[in-house]
Amino acid sequence: MEANIAVPTDSKDTWSGGGAKPFGASYGKMMMWFFIVSDALTFSGFLAAYGLTRFKFIDSWPIADEVFTHFPGLHGVHAPMYYVALMTFILIVSSVTMVLAVDAGHQMKQKKVAWYMFATIIFGIIFVGSQAWEWKNFINGSYGAVKTTDGKILQFTKDGHQIALSDFVHGERQDHREQHTRKNGLWFEKEGTISQYSVAQVVNAYKADPSILVRSELIDMKTKTKVVLSREEGLKQLAKTKMVVEGANLKVNEYGNTIFADFFFFITGFHGFHVLSGIILNIIIFFNVILGTYERRGHYEMVEKVGLYWHFVDLVWVFVFTFFYLV
Amino acid sequence: MAHAHESNTKRIWVVLVILSLLTTVEVVLGIIKPASLHLSSVLGTSPLNWIFIILTLVKAYYIAWAFMHLEGEKKWFRRSIVWSAIFLICYLVTLVLIEGGYLYDTLSPLVRW
Repeated sequence: MEANIAVPTDSKDTWSGGGAKPFGASYGKMMMWFFIVSDALTFSGFLAAYGLTRFKFIDSWPIADEVFTHFPGLHGVHAPMYYVALMTFILIVSSVTMVLAVDAGHQMKQKKVAWYMFATIIFGIIFVGSQAWEWKNFINGSYGAVKTTDGKILQFTKDGHQIALSDFVHGERQDHREQHTRKNGLWFEKEGTISQYSVAQVVNAYKADPSILVRSELIDMKTKTKVVLSREEGLKQLAKTKMVVEGANLKVNEYGNTIFADFFFFITGFHGFHVLSGIILNIIIFFNVILGTYERRGHYEMVEKVGLYWHFVDLVWVFVFTFFYLV
Repeated sequence: MAHAHESNTKRIWVVLVILSLLTTVEVVLGIIKPASLHLSSVLGTSPLNWIFIILTLVKAYYIAWAFMHLEGEKKWFRRSIVWSAIFLICYLVTLVLIEGGYLYDTLSPLVRW
């Protein structure tokens, strides 16, 4: 009977579940673990959906190491994967400082816990910042492409390497097309940034330079590279061009399938949001440590619980890294 | 807290080294993409992809067992977490990937390249 009745108590043990400890784990820790299981299933849902979509478009999916090629300070250098590898490493190190904080907590060393928590927060902030930079590069794009009326992305290559529109299209945009803002058109409507070049300009530049080839989205399954079209075939495809695409957003994506960009924003964004909430939790706990809350409480279990969440964020990133960047 | 409170610092550093090494191997393989591993196929995908997936699972094991301290929890608490998650994820991924393959088989003949 007693279990079903709310007994008024002064011992403030609501969050510890009283004296009952199934599996020898406290209430808070067990609930953190079950939350992590449910959150892991959410992430699995996203990654599985990514897998489904990728299988659906298996012959035209963007090749990740052609998409993420930037590294801070190395302009124009083709550096696939290095940056994400660095981010992965930063997150692993932050996990280590977190677990060191938990370890110091077990030994009731307040100062050590505080310093390790501080390091964890700093690494977390660096990670989120890196992700923002990655997003910036992805959104701005690196080469530019055109989209055809049947929804395919065409990129341009020269001597076997992809080249940017600005490498072979010269001069300013000539069709006098202006961006529609609230000031210069219908006051209740506006449009996004218009592309640097017009469709006609790109097509003419292609005709003018015989060394430029068009690269389609289609993957040659034997070499696992994108199919490069012949000059004539390229011209035929270019005739269907609808728009010039620079960068990526939720509607168009210069790297290929739009839904690739959607998943990129959704999955890394959801993960980044988790890192952000992890940082905020860490900051709260950090101040509690400094104020001596856990010293008075007699144990640092709160650090351990938040640590579980932080490690989970790292764990998820390990999978995102594999399935988005490697596989 | 069920586990003892002695310091595990050494174990933590060892795990850091293991995780870093595995990540390095993944990245190096991802950049080089050796043709023999990348262009052949075993059980539905390239051996390179299998290597990535296995290394990822090994990394996940070390993070969960050492950092999240599952190795120190009671056996059935650990199993209630790990078995539930692994069963549900495998179930979901299997169904959804089969569906993805079906969509490709059905829709790709309709796409003109």
